[in-house]
Amino acid sequence: MRAAPFPSPRPSPASGRGRILALLCLILALLPLPALAVLPSERLADPALEARARALSRELRCLVCRNESIDDSSADLAHDLRVLVRERLKAGDSDAQVLAYLTSRYGDFVLLRPPVQPDTWLLWFGPPALLCLGGVGLAFALRRRRGAAAEPAPLSAEERQRLERLMREEEA
Amino acid sequence: MRRLLFLLPVALFAVIAGYFTLGLRGDPSLLPSALIDKPAPDFALPGLGGKPGLARADLAGRVALVNFFASWCAPCRTEHPLLMRLAEEGKVALYGIDYKDKPEDAARLLAQLGDPYRRIGVDREGRTAIDFGVYGVPETYVVDAAGRIRYRQVGPISAADWERKLLPLLQKLGAS
Repeated sequence: MRAAPFPSPRPSPASGRGRILALLCLILALLPLPALAVLPSERLADPALEARARALSRELRCLVCRNESIDDSSADLAHDLRVLVRERLKAGDSDAQVLAYLTSRYGDFVLLRPPVQPDTWLLWFGPPALLCLGGVGLAFALRRRRGAAAEPAPLSAEERQRLERLMREEEA
Repeated sequence: MRRLLFLLPVALFAVIAGYFTLGLRGDPSLLPSALIDKPAPDFALPGLGGKPGLARADLAGRVALVNFFASWCAPCRTEHPLLMRLAEEGKVALYGIDYKDKPEDAARLLAQLGDPYRRIGVDREGRTAIDFGVYGVPETYVVDAAGRIRYRQVGPISAADWERKLLPLLQKLGAS
């Protein structure tokens, strides 16, 4: 009898498990990975300072790519801004000072989260206000409908006479 | 009265549609400068190949155009002939800042195409550019005699940009 050169295919229950494993691997492979744009050479030695720099970078817009933070972007300007943020933190700037410097250069557009101020009130409070307005409208409409269902209009004199006539005819 | 209430969503739609129509007009790639009417940032940059550099003090006293350029920047070449023409006319002081570039490359570019600038500062690290709020080259800033930034041109200056925006502004500021 000849020995099989390769292990024969496994019986079905095990191959089912293998398929699940393969599927899991596939899902894992398809998971979006964070784009590690921050180069090792940019990182600060002090972990606390580096953590602040990362948090700040996530708040700042890359002006070249527009909808990415400078923490995610591999654009040249994003790199320069990341280095600048770290230099300022190292020099003792507070987070607010770093953001103030960059908004003084690039405007509020550089902030991914727009500040709450009169010209952004519509942006911040518009959607909740619309929701409230819709809720109030809905409440009114529901109340009216329920009121209408609970209290049918009283019969008019004419209707009452007609009803009585019908009842009498039934009895007769 | 209740009929009018049914028109409310239509009216609301019209308002929102109008708002979006206005919002979608214009070029979204153009960002307003945060430094309009503010003093130009302070800087002092070395020159190109031993020539004198450029500092903020050099701009003082007259209306100046500060043009950020680079040898690796293709759109810069499209505005270059216009810059050369301005230099020939000599009515406005044109200064260059070489952005994140190798000085030898910049020197080669200017040797090939001509050098329209009165002075050039070399900004290898791009820090002066960040101070100005530059987010791409070319960008051109109009700095008035008091040293304030009055206008920012994003991208190459086309003939139309020059006629419609820059020239009227420069005339208003008394440059030409």
